Amino acid sequence: MNAMTHTAAKSASGLMQIVFVALIGATIVFAAGLAHSQTLHDAAHDMRHSTGFPCH
Amino acid sequence: MIQRMLSSALFAGFAAGLLAALLQFAFDEKLILLAEQYETGALVHFAAAEPAGHDHAATPDPATPAPEAAAQPAGHDHQPAAGEGGASPLKRHGLTVLFAVLTYAGYALILVAAYALAGQWGYRVSLRDGLLWGLAGFAAFQMAPAMGLEPELPGTPAADLDARQIWWMGTAIATAAGLGLLAFGRSLLARAAGVLLLALPHVIGAPELDGFAGVTPPELASRFAARSLGIGLCVWVFMGAVLARFWTGKAEA
Repeated sequence: MNAMTHTAAKSASGLMQIVFVALIGATIVFAAGLAHSQTLHDAAHDMRHSTGFPCH
Repeated sequence: MIQRMLSSALFAGFAAGLLAALLQFAFDEKLILLAEQYETGALVHFAAAEPAGHDHAATPDPATPAPEAAAQPAGHDHQPAAGEGGASPLKRHGLTVLFAVLTYAGYALILVAAYALAGQWGYRVSLRDGLLWGLAGFAAFQMAPAMGLEPELPGTPAADLDARQIWWMGTAIATAAGLGLLAFGRSLLARAAGVLLLALPHVIGAPELDGFAGVTPPELASRFAARSLGIGLCVWVFMGAVLARFWTGKAEA
C-alpha cells in the first residue's frame, strides 16, 4: 500500500490533498503564532516569545 | 494518502512540540519570567548597581538615573500573560506545552505537505534527508525571520505588530521558496531566483523603531535570542527526521 502511495504519479487529487494539508498546517500556525485574539495571545504568550513570533 | 499525511504530521508534531516545551522550560522560561519583572517595573535595570566607591570603571554612576528607570512599560496594549487574572503557573505552563504542540503540529503538516509534494516527482525523503528538510524549515520559519526580527523578551518595544507579522510571513514564505528553488531548481535561472528570494526580505528590511528603549538588560535579551534559536534548531531537525521516519517508512531510512 505504501509503495502504491509513493510511486503514485503526479495526480490532480494528490496535489489537492497536499494543498489541503498545507493549508490546515498554515491555519494552525497562524492561530497559534500570529492571531490577534487576546485569549489566544495570552495562552500562547510564552511559546510565541520562545519561538520567535512577532509578539506585542 | 491524506490519512497518512495527517497521522505522520500529528505524531511528529506532537513529539516535536513536547521537545520544544521541554527545552523551553530548561532554557527560556526563567528568562521570560525575569524579563516580565523588568517589564512591570518590579526590577529596574542598573537600579541594583553597586554603590559608589566601587573601583570598577565600568560601574554606572549611581547618581545618574538610568534611562531605563524612566521608561515605563507603557505603550503595551495588554498585560503580561502572568498578570491575566493571576493565572496559576500550572495553567500558564500547561498552555505553553499545549501551544508548543499545536504550533509544531502545524509546522509538521506544512512539512509533510512538502514531503508529499516532492514525492509527486518521485523524490523520497529518507530519514537523513529529513534532517536537512528540518534544517530548511528552521531556516525559513526561525532563522531568516530572526535576522530582521530577533526573538524578543517581553518588555521590548518594537514596530507596529501588523507590519512585523506581515514581514515575518513574507520572509518565511520567500525563504522556503528560495531554498526549494536552490535545492531542486534545474536551471541556473531557477537557482538565481532562489538566491534572490532568500535575499529579498532582507533587502526590503524588517519594520523597526528609530531608537532603542528596551527595559530588559541586553545580556538577558541576547541570551534569550540565542537560546530561542538553538531550541528551534534542535526541534526542527528532530521533527524533520521523525516525520521522514513516519512518512517514508522504516525501509528507506
